[in-house]
Amino acid sequence: MSVAAVIDAPAGRQRRVLPGFGLTMGLVLTYVGVIVLLPVIALVLKGAEIGPVRFWEIVTAPRTLAALRLTITAAALATVFNALYGLLMAWVLVRYRFPGRRLLDAMMDIPFALPTAVAGLSLTALFSENGWYGQLLAPVGISVVYTIWGVAIAMSFTSIPFVVRTVQPILEDLDQSQEEAARTLGATPFQTFARVIFPAILPSFLVGTTIAFARSLGEFGAVIFIAGNLPMKTEIASLLAVIRLEEYDYNGAAAIALTLVAIAMVLLVVSNWLQSRLTRRRVPA
Amino acid sequence: MKTRLTTALALVLGLASPALAQDAILNVSYDVARELFAELNPVFAQKWQEQTGRTVTIDQSHGGSSKQARAILEGLPADVVTFNQVTDIDVLAEGGMVDENWREAFPNQASPYYSLPAFLVREGNPKQIDDWDDLAQEGVQVIFPNPKTSGNARYTYLAAYAYALDKNNGDQAAAQEFVKKIFANVPVFDQGGRAATTTFAERGIGDVLITFEAETGGIAKQYADAKLERVTPSLSILAEFPVAVVTENAEDKGTAEVSKAYLDFLYSPDAQRILARNFNRVHDEAITAEFAANFPDVKLVTVEEVFGGWDKVQEEHFAEGGILDAVFVNQ
Amino acid sequence: MTPAVPATLAPRQDRSARWLLIGLAVMLTLFIVVVPLIYIFWRALSGGFAIFAQNILAPDTLHAIWLTAAVAVVTLPINLVIGIAAAWLIARFTFPGRKALLTIIELPFSISPIIAGVCYLLLYGRQGLLGPVLAAGDIKILFALPGIVMVTLFVTGPFVAREVLPLMQAQGSEQEQAALTLGASGWQIFRRVTLPNIRWALLYGAVLATARAVGEFGAVSVVSGAIRGQTMTLPLQIELLFNDLNTVGAFAAASTLTLIALVVLILKTVLEGRTR
Repeated sequence: MSVAAVIDAPAGRQRRVLPGFGLTMGLVLTYVGVIVLLPVIALVLKGAEIGPVRFWEIVTAPRTLAALRLTITAAALATVFNALYGLLMAWVLVRYRFPGRRLLDAMMDIPFALPTAVAGLSLTALFSENGWYGQLLAPVGISVVYTIWGVAIAMSFTSIPFVVRTVQPILEDLDQSQEEAARTLGATPFQTFARVIFPAILPSFLVGTTIAFARSLGEFGAVIFIAGNLPMKTEIASLLAVIRLEEYDYNGAAAIALTLVAIAMVLLVVSNWLQSRLTRRRVPA
Repeated sequence: MKTRLTTALALVLGLASPALAQDAILNVSYDVARELFAELNPVFAQKWQEQTGRTVTIDQSHGGSSKQARAILEGLPADVVTFNQVTDIDVLAEGGMVDENWREAFPNQASPYYSLPAFLVREGNPKQIDDWDDLAQEGVQVIFPNPKTSGNARYTYLAAYAYALDKNNGDQAAAQEFVKKIFANVPVFDQGGRAATTTFAERGIGDVLITFEAETGGIAKQYADAKLERVTPSLSILAEFPVAVVTENAEDKGTAEVSKAYLDFLYSPDAQRILARNFNRVHDEAITAEFAANFPDVKLVTVEEVFGGWDKVQEEHFAEGGILDAVFVNQ
Repeated sequence: MTPAVPATLAPRQDRSARWLLIGLAVMLTLFIVVVPLIYIFWRALSGGFAIFAQNILAPDTLHAIWLTAAVAVVTLPINLVIGIAAAWLIARFTFPGRKALLTIIELPFSISPIIAGVCYLLLYGRQGLLGPVLAAGDIKILFALPGIVMVTLFVTGPFVAREVLPLMQAQGSEQEQAALTLGASGWQIFRRVTLPNIRWALLYGAVLATARAVGEFGAVSVVSGAIRGQTMTLPLQIELLFNDLNTVGAFAAASTLTLIALVVLILKTVLEGRTR
């Protein structure tokens, strides 16, 4: 812990080293080690123990593939909806003034504040055949609970805020003079949006959708209530990992869990890359 | 450490911590025994107080019994287990948690009560499901839990297998084919017996639920509106519900005495009466007669008779790559 | 979707589009977000207040409320300290591996909580990597309060740092440098200079972390052991009641969490006004 802490000093001024390096480094490393890193390393070690052949067998087993396919498809459905809905909400909240706007704005945070198990319970009851929504959908022959649509709806609910909350600040800061110029030059509102506004918010929009997608892939609490968890049909991958664990099949659990972590890592890298393009991060002063 | 932390927390929060009992044990049990032990525990607590002057709290954890056994091996601090399958306690004995000779520690091979896989069908039995044969028919949806995690489901597997052997004069291949057909009719394998019941009764999935007779009786009563009907197959397998003290934990916590008393209590007439009222079969003849209406006649075979004992079953059927894996195609 | 431009240069067609979009936004939000929230209270109270109270006061549910509060109370100070320490470390110093450390701190956000639970089992379980060591020292982590607290820390860890760090970076260390030159001690600098500057962000992060701690389901479900009235947090209790076929009880338990969520929402809205 005796690494000399040097602060990158702005032009020419010599700075003193602030205290607390050793203390904070010690605290953070202990915490990160015990709480985050060791458990993840345990998973990786367990995965390494399995060996590539067996690992591949587990991941490509029909049931695992079906679970991964369902998880990814449902997450994609949820994300498409959230992308459109999030864009709409960001636009309405930033560009229009109307009574109840602040309330509507606050509503966007409900899905984060509400525990996922509660959301799952409520959505399941709402969409079940005798629930408020299920009653309306049943005569039309649409069933949501215990189908992929239920999974997608649960995923969508829990990741609603991501797109709104990433696009909103960018849209707020957007310089409107270009839009005005475009309108003056005779562009239709749609052209103005497509050519001027959308390109400006695109990076943040992509970051938001990527995070929403990642979150949907990992969602568990809300989904297991509504999914019915039928193997090969509505069983999500993270649940399958837990099932394998409960079957004493630790290798199976670890392999599936690692696959999910790997997918999440890829998405994290993508979103970080997008983010670094979005805001060139300043080096701390 | 936990208690100290909890007490400290209670002080910090200014909230009343639950009264600290003089004795506290954890009973880790199978999935569908929830209501049963909720009814049994207060009676034991009262008796224990009368006998010793000490209060006791009994905590419960329910889940598929193999899953529960795994949790105990991982450190779930069970004092006693009340399972539905011998092999799940054997696993604990192998792991050094339970005494090797646990079957001799209590009467009836350490099984205070027993049951058998039976059927529950929808009102009027529209698919005419009367026996195991009917489960293998095309177009019949059968519900029972995951045999990898649930002892309940493994009995279903064994019963179906035994039935087919009986019918085909001991032809193993035919029996496997038969069981495979039934498995193919199962749309969902839940992790525990209760989840399977929920799937059948609440979600309305499936034509027939196969679970312990104790559960079919209780559920038919609870869902009186749905007019679910109990069906007892012509042949079924004796499902012993073995119990054991988890010596490793109980000695550690100093609860060996109360744990043993708790399991002894399950053999007492009071407990046996509660068990029988909840559709569990008991060895006490007077009590069996008292609740005769709960227990239709059935030809019961045992694992020993049909399969040559649990060790053999474990080895040939349940071990990785065994017959169960071969017929459990929905992997 | 036809977007509109600001009212300042909006001809009539834009105005109708505007109201169309607002209407659509309000309708969708009502259906997707608001109704599920209201439905919880509606179902919880559907049997009348007496039954609701009876369900809330059921010993196991009461204990779950208590345990959930305990987990929140234990995790909060740890989250605050670690969040501040991490932000201070990363905002005020440069050192090799600084970026990697930040990535690791934020790692829990991208790992599904249920997978976190699996990791914990593989490490701290009796059969896990550290199992023999823990058994030898008679240390019980899983299926008890420590395990629940630790896995909750895993899930909520990044919240405080993520709120505080950008603020500390943006504010720079000028004031702290000045205080240091004037001979202030580290603790004095922190209390007098840093803390006042970051307090709202800190509080905001704390609210988010606590909301998450109270509501965590997946991670806790793996390490809890489901001991009734002992290691069941409120979210787990909801699932247990649901599986016990006690829907009204499940909704009653859920309504308490929903109330907490609403309080969080109000706090959040108030704090956002302060931090922005």
